[in-house]
Amino acid sequence: MTDTTSAQLNQHLRTPDLFGSASGRIITLVFMVILLCVPLAAHFLGVRLQLVSLDFITRILCLAIAAVSLNLILGFGGMISFGHAAYIGIGAYCVGIPAYHGYESGWLHFPLAIFASAAFALVTGAVSLRTKGVYFIMITMAFAQMGYYFFLSLDEYGGDDGLTIYSRSMFNIINIENKLVLFLVTYACLVASIYAVYRIVNSRFGMVVRGCQSNEARMKALGYNTYAYKLTAYVIAGGMCGLAGALLGNFTTFISPDMMGWSRSGELMFMVILGGTGSLFGPVFGAVTFVFIEELLSTFTTYWALPFGVLLVLSVLFIKGGLNGLIQRGWRRD
Amino acid sequence: MSTLFFIQFLNGLQLGVLLFLLAAGLTLVFGIMDFVNLAHGSLYMVGAFFCATLTFWTGSFVWAVLLAIPLTALVGLALEMGVIRHLYQRDHLDHVLATFGFILIADTLVHLIWGPEGIAIPLPEYLQGQVQILPGVIFPTFRLVIISCGLLVAFGLYWLIGRTRLGMLIRAGASNRTMVSALGIDIKTLFTAVFALGAVLAGLAGMLIAPITEATIGMGNDIIITAFVVIIVGGIGSMKGAFIGALIIGLIDTLGRSFLDDILKIFIPVNAAETAGPAISSMLIYLIMAGVLAFRPQGLFPPKVR
Repeated sequence: MTDTTSAQLNQHLRTPDLFGSASGRIITLVFMVILLCVPLAAHFLGVRLQLVSLDFITRILCLAIAAVSLNLILGFGGMISFGHAAYIGIGAYCVGIPAYHGYESGWLHFPLAIFASAAFALVTGAVSLRTKGVYFIMITMAFAQMGYYFFLSLDEYGGDDGLTIYSRSMFNIINIENKLVLFLVTYACLVASIYAVYRIVNSRFGMVVRGCQSNEARMKALGYNTYAYKLTAYVIAGGMCGLAGALLGNFTTFISPDMMGWSRSGELMFMVILGGTGSLFGPVFGAVTFVFIEELLSTFTTYWALPFGVLLVLSVLFIKGGLNGLIQRGWRRD
Repeated sequence: MSTLFFIQFLNGLQLGVLLFLLAAGLTLVFGIMDFVNLAHGSLYMVGAFFCATLTFWTGSFVWAVLLAIPLTALVGLALEMGVIRHLYQRDHLDHVLATFGFILIADTLVHLIWGPEGIAIPLPEYLQGQVQILPGVIFPTFRLVIISCGLLVAFGLYWLIGRTRLGMLIRAGASNRTMVSALGIDIKTLFTAVFALGAVLAGLAGMLIAPITEATIGMGNDIIITAFVVIIVGGIGSMKGAFIGALIIGLIDTLGRSFLDDILKIFIPVNAAETAGPAISSMLIYLIMAGVLAFRPQGLFPPKVR
């Protein structure tokens, strides 16, 4: 018992290296290359398999960015936010609503998505972070649901029926109407957000946030204003997820309040936990595995949610440290 | 205007008591087992579907409710003994994730057994009509039944927790469960009983609302968030908080939806009020929640000993 505890402690205090252990590094790199090359190969060779199509992988990449951003606060900051899908919705509506009024510039959509999400995170985070534990889980959930009902009540923008985006964001240098370009842009955004999280968690700021996760009272005693640090991390994560939402909105070209329903937030949380909290690439593994299993099961049966739910419950009961933990340990049990 | 206000007040009260039934179970389970149950809304749905089937079998809504209550309790027992018992030692994150999985399972199982359509529950003649409560104020009988059932249950819970031996154990378990089990109380059985009680309360709420809204898949998934708001406002783990919180939230939500745009019209142009009204009233309870938390992060009536 003491051994595992001290091992966990060491694990926890160690600066997350970009890729983890040596064997983990190879697997992670190979995985990221596969994620880039397989859909490209499938696209150019004309393979018509849904599971490797550019469209399917683009959707996964968008969700992976959202999961990476959630991991910043959940995995490194210990803030269990159950309302992260709200930022996906806000990001998507920041593309949809201006496009509806004829403003189609991506240079407007993307900054707006990031700032609006960050602003929502600032306001709701300022209230939520006054609380702890289970209160925090429920409050973040309730605020996300507030956003859901807000967009639901906007009849002008489709309300319940959603809003179709007739033209994707316009950039003067690239054309994301082309699905290949959109895929590459999304992939680049994913890599950039992983790198951003890497830089953040290894910075002085990130150290303080991680310190709050291990022992907030001690960080306070050391003189840190932990509330301000956590709120800043919360806002950064919100803005990053807003980017994911803007990409997802551009990808689906149809947005509805359902994108930010609370089951979406639960799914995002599952991706992070499944992949392994507090690891840089874990959320990507989680997102890929989650969406793949969902897609596979739904091709077999309309009742796919049943085995899926069972898998989720079993994974909570039996997988410790997520998929990334398994990869880093090389499938050893310890 | 005053008649309409009175009727909407009663509607709000009816929503309030339903929310109380849900929130009471949540807050009991959290207060005693320190367990967060997202799947509480699924028990609400399961109760409604049991009641629907039994209404068709027995031909009587009242018998259906009486039979569906023990059935829902059985589901609660099975759930607790099968899985949830193994989660008490885990952290809240694991509770949330596992019960999230349960929601998927429950929704799909209901889909498998009862099909995708909602089921309407026919009410007996004597519950269908409307009664005149005050001169000029007519209100559906069944909604009055819901209100009185809810208040009766609230009173029953007050008696159970404050006056009986089981209630004494529940209160003791909430303040110090290690001590309770050290004193020779079978804490496992107590936990199972409390969980089943929560399940019954949620199921009862589902049975009561189903004749009005139909029993539908996922019916619990929206109202459970409102129930969370109730216990956050009231103070998690506090029965008094759940009761007062539920009535406040039920009334504010209902009255906000019916009167907010009229009130706004006094201050801002009619057009703007008609757009802003629905948007604000749909967010009203969350704004109230934020307001309460800004001043009292532990809710209005936090439990005294934890």
